[in-house]
Amino acid sequence: MVLSFDLPFEFAPYRLSGTVYGVLMNHRAALAALGEAAHRPPYKAPPKGPVLYIKPRNTLVAPGAPLRIDDPAGELEVGAALGIVIGRTACRVAESEAMDFVAGYVIVADCSLPHDSYFRPAVRFKARDGSCAIGPKVTARADIANPDALGVRVLVDGRPVHAAGTGDTFRGVARLVSDISEFMTLAPGDLLLAGVAPGSPRVGAGASLAIEVDGLGRLETRLAPAVEIAGR
Amino acid sequence: MKRARVAFAGALHEATPGAAPGTLRLADGRVVAETEVVWLAPFEVGTIVALGLNYADHAKELAFSAQDEPLVFLKGPGSVVGHRGRTRRPADATFMHYECELAVVIGKPARKTSRAEAMSHVAGYTVANDYAIRDYLENWYRPNLRVKNRDGGTVLGPWLVDAADIGGPPQLDLRTFVNGRLAQQGNTRDLIFDVPFLIEYLSAFMTLSPGDVILTGTPEGVSDVAVGDEVACEIEGIGRLVNTIAGDAEFGR
Repeated sequence: MVLSFDLPFEFAPYRLSGTVYGVLMNHRAALAALGEAAHRPPYKAPPKGPVLYIKPRNTLVAPGAPLRIDDPAGELEVGAALGIVIGRTACRVAESEAMDFVAGYVIVADCSLPHDSYFRPAVRFKARDGSCAIGPKVTARADIANPDALGVRVLVDGRPVHAAGTGDTFRGVARLVSDISEFMTLAPGDLLLAGVAPGSPRVGAGASLAIEVDGLGRLETRLAPAVEIAGR
Repeated sequence: MKRARVAFAGALHEATPGAAPGTLRLADGRVVAETEVVWLAPFEVGTIVALGLNYADHAKELAFSAQDEPLVFLKGPGSVVGHRGRTRRPADATFMHYECELAVVIGKPARKTSRAEAMSHVAGYTVANDYAIRDYLENWYRPNLRVKNRDGGTVLGPWLVDAADIGGPPQLDLRTFVNGRLAQQGNTRDLIFDVPFLIEYLSAFMTLSPGDVILTGTPEGVSDVAVGDEVACEIEGIGRLVNTIAGDAEFGR
């Protein structure tokens, strides 16, 4: 797989594979924000398994490179997520052993065109070129005592606009790795996004964006109109 | 030209059909029986884009009405298995079905590519069997990955056939045989959203790169398969892709 960027790190598996899986509605508050609608058609019932999506390679931008917005007058929804870097081949891993398969963590800005329906895979909204920034570095698992209790802050043009955390989820890091690996093998270097809290800020072209996650540093980027991004 | 990627005698090889039936000619000159090699997906697989409900008859079979936009989902590389591979059917599944699909492999980067230009970005075609286990369907980003992105759930091969050998937008018969019995048939001319449309639609928001592949959807005739079944998906001029359904025990479950 050819990656559009490289983010090497100093421990196994040393680099990302290019396959990024996200989890929708992992925060209890994100599902709660839908209210009764989660029980009505087309959903009919809240999700039972983890609701996954893929951020394909065309979405990935290097740390420091701008995120891309096609419509200069439009907005992107910025999902601030904890990225879980898979360290070892994980197939049918028990929750009690799942952390052994995690190499580390990284901040991810998972951007989408705002969409109200989660019934169909929202590929046109979520798989857009340059919609996923990863960085600034991968932090080793051992350096993060509890990945399910980290503060997450989003700043736009230097102003704090959103504060949430990695806690209060349906599945924490270990449970996600376990439940997902029951039916699909995760490979070293795969990246699993642990979910996005409700109320993600919407940001337009020209904005500068920073995401801070406790212990993982600060991912800084900006939203550039597509016409400004050379070579893409 | 038809090309395969196979493992033989400790290495990966590009292979072409041998002169004698049932043989392969490796790039290094060796000629081997097609049963002596391990068949891999016939190209390095990038992003896998798949279509749901893209034949009117199949959409009707599943009781869906016409769409204004293609139903697109993505699959990960871990789900891919080659010709003559084995795909696990979990013991608790009650409806696991094959989906014979024309797979369109991108050869040249496509970004905001028009319908008129689209076919020049196609490297070639292969056969896909895009398995689904309907028991696990949920109505969130449906079809969800537990249905569609299982290990062994994306069967690709045997050959990558050059686009030039097929000509314009493909109009090819598809057939699936389960244990030799004809179970599914259709023709790619009946795609609701055809290949040029799909390339134009997708490349409007996502750049397609060489090795990216579009699984164009399946016609009517899906049916439940059982452990031990041999499922053969055939597309006229492209190939015959064989897969066998395996049980949990083989996977230590």
